[in-house]
Amino acid sequence: MKKIYSVLVENRTGVLSKVAGLFARRSFNIDSLAVGETEDKAVSRMTIVSSGDKCVLEQVEKQLNKKLDVIKVKTFDEFDSISRELMLIKVKYNKNNRRDIMENCEIMHAQIVDMSKSYMMIQICDVPERVQLLLSMLRGISIAEVARTGTLALTKCIENEK
Amino acid sequence: MNGADAIVKCLEKEKVEVLFGYPGVAIAPFYNSLLSSDIQKILIRTEQNAAHCASGYARISGKPGVCVVTSGPGATNLITGIATAFADSIPLVAITGQVNSAMIGSDVFQEADITGAVESFVKYSYLVRDVNDIPRIFKEAFFIANSGRKGPVLIDIPIDIQQKTINNFKYPDSITMRTYKPTVDGNAAQIRKVIKVVEKSERPIMCVGGGVLLADAKDIIRDFAKKYQIPVVSTMMGLGAMDSENPLYYGMVGNNGRFFANKALDRSDLVLMVGARVADRAVNRPDMITENKILVHIDVDPAEIGKNVGPTIPLVGDIKRIFGQITENEITVKDHTDWINELNEEKKAHPDNRPVIGDEYVDSKIFLNKLSSKMENDAIYIADVGQNQIWATAFFNIKENQRFMTSGGMGTMGYSIPAGIGAKLADGKKQVVVGCGDGAFQMSMMELATMNQFEVPVKIIVFRNNYLGMVREYQHYTWQDHYSMVDIAGKPDLSYIAKAYDMRYIKLDGRKDMEESIDDFLKNDDSVLMEVIVDPMDLAKA
Repeated sequence: MKKIYSVLVENRTGVLSKVAGLFARRSFNIDSLAVGETEDKAVSRMTIVSSGDKCVLEQVEKQLNKKLDVIKVKTFDEFDSISRELMLIKVKYNKNNRRDIMENCEIMHAQIVDMSKSYMMIQICDVPERVQLLLSMLRGISIAEVARTGTLALTKCIENEK
Repeated sequence: MNGADAIVKCLEKEKVEVLFGYPGVAIAPFYNSLLSSDIQKILIRTEQNAAHCASGYARISGKPGVCVVTSGPGATNLITGIATAFADSIPLVAITGQVNSAMIGSDVFQEADITGAVESFVKYSYLVRDVNDIPRIFKEAFFIANSGRKGPVLIDIPIDIQQKTINNFKYPDSITMRTYKPTVDGNAAQIRKVIKVVEKSERPIMCVGGGVLLADAKDIIRDFAKKYQIPVVSTMMGLGAMDSENPLYYGMVGNNGRFFANKALDRSDLVLMVGARVADRAVNRPDMITENKILVHIDVDPAEIGKNVGPTIPLVGDIKRIFGQITENEITVKDHTDWINELNEEKKAHPDNRPVIGDEYVDSKIFLNKLSSKMENDAIYIADVGQNQIWATAFFNIKENQRFMTSGGMGTMGYSIPAGIGAKLADGKKQVVVGCGDGAFQMSMMELATMNQFEVPVKIIVFRNNYLGMVREYQHYTWQDHYSMVDIAGKPDLSYIAKAYDMRYIKLDGRKDMEESIDDFLKNDDSVLMEVIVDPMDLAKA
């Protein structure tokens, strides 16, 4: 089972290590982790995707709530939320596969953002599943480097939300 | 006023009466400022024991214990003490000196990343970066340590911050922390559910843990049990919440507990788990505890509920407050006479059949029975870790107003003597007796000097069998007497140790008159070292 934790934390030194340390110490999985400032400079949002059984996922939330630098923990699954991931992929290309790569990118709505004689860099920003799909489509050619942000997510817009 | 003066002022504002510490360069400005304060200063002999002293003090006084040590090795030595307090939810405020702010991170002399090192066993920690933050940080630290689920808080203060001038010191009256609001009151709907199942239950049992003592709730728990005739069992940390002679009390549960206590838990139809975390040593098959029964889990820490066992009804809040809320209601329970009779029969059917150990050795059971009956009615007994601890949990009969303390969660050897010092300083009128094995004694005997120097009379029993008995017993059962690294035979001669520290010395073996020796040991409010010679085959699990 997967769960997304949107964790508002005090934007202080050491907080990331405290939260990451909690996951390590209690053997909770981190499938992905993305951190950034929010509209309030004193507050950061960590978007953590974790997996485990129901009991573990409940403990993740409770233990996060126990941390004194954690302001609020929201949990949701992919149906309640809009989630996105950004990935940059550098691939080595040649005459023979250039066309293929470009077609794949077109199908996946990915962009080619940089290019040299033998390398090109592809950017995709989409739901995590489609990001993963593009990656597996490109597996057949030689991938030089990959960088991913991890999942970012917010709950869907509903009126009268606090 | 500089930072160091401000720290002293903060401690005075928090009404700190005594602190335990060890100096060093990085904390020297603080100790310089402390000289002019009335706070009692206890110079311990190794930093770990500063935390244990503070822990003993906290458990008796109900206030956070304070320990203050230097950077680097001073701070790292404190770690075992902090972890011990964390495991048993004891409120501490630990203050460590740190190297100059500008040097942090460059691995200079006596630098250790102590806030990083203790992260997984403190409730919270601070590295002070601005001298003007000192009042707020101290106010928060004392509040955090002693509220909600209690625990240690560490404040790391670089030497330059201690020396900086603070502009207009003002100690805050209140706390504003958006991230910390422990639940006090129990949820009304959950309380109604609890009352309903209590009313329906034919075979209820209450299992009390250390949380009951930490919440100062033993009176209300005893009243509740009596009024509604609910039998009670206890975890190791909960010992003393019920007096041993209480007719509704059925002893300690767990793998070191009483057979009939575990049976009682097993056969009930309703378990009220109160301030207990269902730890592995107390309930070794947590999944079994919910079989055919309703489990109500009452704890101040929501994360403990459901961690080891899924409760039917979770109830979060302060135990004293929650039982106050519960008992505001009219509750009509079923007649539990049959159930109580059944438990009494079970208890009678399983008497403790240990063979009496005679001749040259002292029988631990008879000794602890006698000792407890002769100790003062409001005395404090601190059991160290090992066989002596398991004997004490079974054979030391705790009277109504007595306290029983031990390192339950961490099982830290050498806890009892420093904790005894702290307990005695928290309440000088009370008789404080500690019991340890010859292993733990040698881990903490340097503190006899502290007892002597600061005139803290603690009575110490060393159960001597010349072995690290608990591990030896484990090797006896698990590796068929293939003993390894457990023989600590011979030295030291404790009569010389007692003499070296101006203590009375009593040796008790099987040939001596036990009653007389115990009377001699307990007379006067002074420091005594009693060596009790026990049989290496006097096992905890007989």
